Order: sequence, then structure tokens, then C-alpha cells
Amino acid sequence: MSLINSPAELEEFRKNVLSKRDPNKPCITLCSGSACNASGSLEVAAAIEEEIQKQGLSADVDIRRTGCHGFCERGPIVVIHPEEICYFNIVPKDVPEIVSETIKEKRVVERLLYTDPSTNEKIIHESEIPFYKYQERIVFGFNSKIDPKNIEDYLAIGGYAALAKALTGMTADQVLQEVKKANLRGRGGGGFPAGNKWEGSRNAPGDIKYVIVNADEGDPGAYMDRSVLEGNPHSVLEGLTIGAFAVGAHEGYIYVRQEYPLAVENVHMAIKKAEEHGFLGKNILGSGFDFKVIVHQGAGAFVCGESTALMTALEGRAGEPRPKYVRSNVVGLWGRPSVLNNVETWANVPLIINKGADWFTQIGTETSKGTKIFSLVGKITNTGLVEVPMGTPLKDIIFKIGGGIPGGKKFKAVQTGGPSGGCIPEDQLDLPVGFDELTAAGSMMGSGGMIVMDEDTCMVDVARYFLDFLTDESCGKCVPCREGMRQMLKILTNITQGKGKEGDIELLEQLSETAIEAALCALGKSSPNPFLSTLKYFREEYEAHVKEKRCPALSCKELIAFYIDPEKCKACMTCAKKCPSNAIISAKNQIHIVDQEKCTKCGTCFEVCPPKFRAVTKISGEPVPPPIPEEARTIVRESKQK
Amino acid sequence: MSEILLQIDGKEVKAKAGMTLLEAARSVGISIPTLCYHEKLEPFGGCRLCIVELEMKGWSRLVVSCVYPVEKNLVVKTRSEKVDRIRKMIIELQMAHAPDAFDLQDLAKEYGADKNRFEKEPSFCIHCGLCVRYCAEVKKKHAIGFVDRGIRKEISFVPEIAAKECWNCKECFPLCPTEALQAAYVLAGALASFETAPEK
Repeated sequence: MSLINSPAELEEFRKNVLSKRDPNKPCITLCSGSACNASGSLEVAAAIEEEIQKQGLSADVDIRRTGCHGFCERGPIVVIHPEEICYFNIVPKDVPEIVSETIKEKRVVERLLYTDPSTNEKIIHESEIPFYKYQERIVFGFNSKIDPKNIEDYLAIGGYAALAKALTGMTADQVLQEVKKANLRGRGGGGFPAGNKWEGSRNAPGDIKYVIVNADEGDPGAYMDRSVLEGNPHSVLEGLTIGAFAVGAHEGYIYVRQEYPLAVENVHMAIKKAEEHGFLGKNILGSGFDFKVIVHQGAGAFVCGESTALMTALEGRAGEPRPKYVRSNVVGLWGRPSVLNNVETWANVPLIINKGADWFTQIGTETSKGTKIFSLVGKITNTGLVEVPMGTPLKDIIFKIGGGIPGGKKFKAVQTGGPSGGCIPEDQLDLPVGFDELTAAGSMMGSGGMIVMDEDTCMVDVARYFLDFLTDESCGKCVPCREGMRQMLKILTNITQGKGKEGDIELLEQLSETAIEAALCALGKSSPNPFLSTLKYFREEYEAHVKEKRCPALSCKELIAFYIDPEKCKACMTCAKKCPSNAIISAKNQIHIVDQEKCTKCGTCFEVCPPKFRAVTKISGEPVPPPIPEEARTIVRESKQK
Repeated sequence: MSEILLQIDGKEVKAKAGMTLLEAARSVGISIPTLCYHEKLEPFGGCRLCIVELEMKGWSRLVVSCVYPVEKNLVVKTRSEKVDRIRKMIIELQMAHAPDAFDLQDLAKEYGADKNRFEKEPSFCIHCGLCVRYCAEVKKKHAIGFVDRGIRKEISFVPEIAAKECWNCKECFPLCPTEALQAAYVLAGALASFETAPEK
């Protein structure tokens, strides 16, 4: 492959790529991100290859293994082009039918289509499915169109045009001003304006500067950066290179956690291909600008997502944040000006350069521009990645796109912003998502985690869970974080176990103040958020746990008991047979009793009791009624009476 | 070096550029408590005890004085209700590990800290890192380091280095703000697991 030496040569190359592609040729695309690989995409891919060969269609059909489409609940997803017929939850045995029916006969396989749960109608096209319909996928949408391992796919959708425009048609300052004007705010947590960060580095003294991609995404349940890096690595590289040009950096780093093997593989491949084509390396596109990118695999510490800890780790030392009050865009990696942005932020840059800041600022709210990708997980019907314009109300994301709460349960809260974010209750569901709006509600944007919780979720236990995560991930350098969280976790654990004391809530508040005011880094300073936001909106749950030893959500094991209502029990023996600890006193035609001494509160009896009886109930905060006397336990069946 | 004028506890202080608030305060005899600070070592910013309040344009902000650089016209308060409250909490948190350390007892008296506020988990070590940093920065031996992270973090001697270097040095022992014997104990433990006899 010879290097592409100018924008004209790039356009020539692109034309050539496109001319080899027939838009009417059938193409089977299959999502192959980590999520879908886990649900069987690799096997489906093998089946597609085999079937195409078997039916003698190798020359007539293209197969494309793309990145994540986002609708992971229904993956693996197959889309047949050019008709754009979408099939969901595909398993290998569906493949022969897809090939012979849809590819050969141009007939739709009804049973594999999406069924709208509200109308029961079958939907053929992606754009008509509610999950996709209400999204605006300016960054994430390319994922479903390209094979991340094939640079020609990226070029076919206009890839590296923004780089050519920036390097040869704009000055570094013009690029910077465009990004500033777009008011692109960091998608990784703080929401700091990227343009200002870049400008600080550009103006900082020193000849050697760095640009860095933060791909150390570590929030539980969040995988949007992972999916962008896996599915469209060139967009990140292109954004990073444009940023390097604006800042005056000639070296860039991608700090990616080693738990993301596919992202590591695809980004390595992308760098190699970009170098071969002349999008990275010396004299990029004949512009005279040099830039190289190095991949650094993180060893898996949450705190390394914090900017100064990340840079310390890049330098080869233990990933601990720096205590100094200097901005890392001025004094960063190896003491040099360093711009750190996360994956999604960098992936937005080519769009801004291509389409302009005016286009970008049309999307979003007054202070939060563009779109945001959220990872929608938890008690939600449509688990997956969703990209919406900033300002979209939470309820649209959860109900219109997410399809609401499964199992007829009631919505309780949504946790945004990762472990250091907060929980937002039902009466705030009209809240438009934006950096400042979420912060004002006591939560934060973070990197875009969104965990939906239903009525069965105990908010005290949620706070305990996140504190447990953060305690485990604290680097341990400063006292307010290491020791403060140790104590907060102890107190919260005690509360969920019914050992809460008067004064515990106040002590938690004082420990929170110490962390917010005195902790060293953002992880420590935000560590009390899970507690503070749940206390703000669900104080009564804390008080019920402490004062009445009652868990209102009937979730905390130590505070609940399982009880069989003698009025409802039909002595069917189901629960007794399934109980793993033989804790159900039962016999044929004898009303069953839970032996509270033996019960381990695993909840099996509650789950298996036939819905028509619903005899097993959970009790909290009150004594379990005494078992009915043995002589009263016999059930006289009506049929036997006759 | 240019001179920077600032105000600490109502006193006009002349400081040199590049100095920290802690150094500036101590240069005029204003004391700020510290546990992890040592004049021969790079500021660590770990104990957070030296926190002070900055007043600017009607609002205030807490910063850690051992790392915050002096700036022109800063108004610094080394004690305030909030500063004292946070220092008290930090002392109480540390006393769960080293309730009998003299330095902590003195501080507890000063700030009204209750050494029994939190359940005791005696470990003596309060992770100030003085031993670790002194060995690395001053002695350049790296015979002692931190292992693990967060609440599982501990100091540990590296037996291979300690066997050679530590017997004739032991300069880290008196630096320990909680219990010098603790360092001796950790050292002995490390060496006991090391087969080679220490060099004379």
C-alpha cells in the first residue's frame, strides 16, 4: 500500500473504494462487539460463512462483521442490505433460512423480526423500531455500517475527510476555534470544555506536548467507550490526530484497559492501517504534520480513569492521583502539557470539523451541545447503548427508548454517572439530560452510565453497593477517601443488616463533608455521592432501616422474613421441594410453614410459589406471625369432599 | 525569585514564588499540623491534615497547604470552624488504627478529637508514607514500599534490598509518627522470610 499524500489523493482513493462497491449487492451485516460475541455472534458468523458457501453465493453476497449496534438486549443482530431488514436474537440454526429466504428469494422471515410489544406488530426496518427511532446516533450510528478491521469501510463513509480538511485547509488555531465554538464538553466525567483544555495546552510553554485518549472506562455496567473503540476505532484516531494538530502535539497515547481485548485488538489494527495509508506517521497527507500513537494497556484500576492517576500510570508508576494544584493540560505526562479526553469526546471531533460548529451547536441544550451515548442497564426492557441529543428528558430514554420496566414493576430511580454519580427519583423524570442539569439534581453525567432500578431495589443497599465498589477501587493515598470510605461502608453495611444506630445518618453526613472538602482527587471527592443522593431523595428508607429495622423495598436479607400465608397456601409442595435448606415444614395436604431458624432467605420459595396462589410473602419490620397449630394445618380438598 | 505578598491569619507574609502555603506559614512561625510532611521530601498530600481555608471575593475554599503554591494577595485562614471540624475527623479516622500514638494524642487534645469515635482496627500504620518516601527520595534505596491499594494498602520491606541496606541505616524508624517499633517489626518480619543471612 503506498501512502496517500494529499487530500486529492485521498478523494481519488475513496472514489476507487466506492467504485468497487455495488450498493445493490446483498450484504449481510452481523454485530460483533463484545456484548454480541458473548451472546453467540461468533458462532452465527461461522454459520453465515458456511451457509453462503454451501448455497454457492460467495461471489454474490458480502458479509460484514460490524461493531456494536447498541440494541444488546436483542443481539446478535443481523441486518440485510440494501433492504435493511433487521433480524434479532439470531442463533446459528436461523442462518440457513435467512440465506435461502431473504437473500435468495427476497422474502422476509417474519419470526425473526422485532415485535412491537405495545401493538404486537412486526417491524422490518431499524428506523421504525422504537429503540432506534427516538435516538440520534451521530457518533454511534457508524458502528453498524462498518467493519472496524477494514479501513476501506471507514473511508467509504467519508473517513479521514475531516483530518484532510483540518491539516491542509485550516490552521491549527482555526481547528481550535471551531472546537471551542462547538462547545464540545468532555464526555468522560467532568464535562470540561474540550476547546479550553486544548487551548491551555497549546499556549503552555514547552515544545513537546501530548494528546491522550482515556479509554479506562470502568463504571459498573458502562460500555459505551468500549463499543466505540471496538466498533469505530478510526473515528477516535482521526479525532485524536486533529486534536494533536490543534494543540501542537506529535505523540499520542491511548490508555485502554486490558480487560477490553477486542478494543485493544481493533485499535492496534486501526493504527497499523492508518500508518500504512499515511493517516498517521510522518508528513500526514503531505501536510508536513507528524503524529504517532502508542497504545498503553491499563492494569485495571478504576482510579486510573482520573486524569492525573492515568498519567502517573502511563509513566510506569503506580496509578495514584497527583496532589498538586496544577492542570495537567499545562503540566501533565512527564511534566509536559497533555490533553486528555475520553473516547467519545475524541470521536465527536471529526464530526465537528466536517460539519462545522454551527451544525453541532444546533443539537442539545444551551450549555450541553451535541449528543451523549448512555449505557442503559438494570431493570429495563431494552438493555443497550443509546445515543440521544443532550436535553432529552430522562423519561424518554427510559420509557420510549428503553421500553420501561420489565415484569410490570414500578420505576423507582435511575442512577446516572457511574459509582460516584447519584440516584434520580421518579418525580424528576422530566429532567433533561445535560451536564449541569444532572449535577443540579445531585447526580452527574459522568461517562454516561444509566442504571434503572425498580420498586424491589433498596436504596440504602444501592448506596452500600457503590461505596463497596469505590472502597475497593480507592488508591488509598489520602485519609478522607481511604479511611472515610472504610467507615462509611461499615456504617452502611450495618444499616442494611439491621444494626443501624441513632446518629448513623449524621455521622455519614459528616464523613461525606470530609471527603468532599478534603479528599485528594475526583474519585474521593465524589465518593459520598451514592449516599448523599439516595439520602436526599429516599431519606425515609434510611430512617426505616435505622429506627424500625425495616427494609421498605423488602430487599435487605437481614431485615426480611419469608412467611407463608396459611389462608393462601394450597399445600402444593412446590416450595418445599425447591427449598435448598429444607426450611419448609410440609406434608401432603398440610399447610406449609417456613422454619425461620433454618431459612437462609434465598427467596426460592417466593419465586416458585405458583402465581395463582401467591402464598409466600416477605415481611419486614414486624414479627413473623406464629405458625398455625398443627391440628389446623390439614387442607380438605373440595374434590375429595364430594 | 520574586517576592509574593499574601495574608495568613491576618498577618502580612512575604513569600518566594514556588513556595507552598505551608512553607510560607511556617516561615513566619504560624503552625499548621501535618502528618505526612517532611522538609526533605516531595510533598505527598496524603494526610490532608494541613488543610486551610482560602478567602476570595466573598466565598471560601479549602485547600491543602503542603501542595498549594503561594499566590499574590491570597487571604489564608489556618483555623476556622470548618477546618477544625475536618481536622478533627481526620484525626479520629487515623486513631482507629493508632490510638496510642503520641503525635495523634497531642492533635486529639488540640482539636477535641475522640479516639474512640470509630471502631478500633489497630494496624499502627497511618499510611503517611514517610518511611517509603525517605528511603526512595533521600536514601535512594527503595527498600520499603507500599503494597496493594485502598484499605488493603500496607507498607512492606523488600527482603532482598532490606537484608543488605536496612541494618546499618534504620533512618526511617524515628520518622514514623505512630510507633517506631512498628517499622522494626515489619522489617524483622520481612527478613525472617528471607533466606540469605544479612550482610555484616
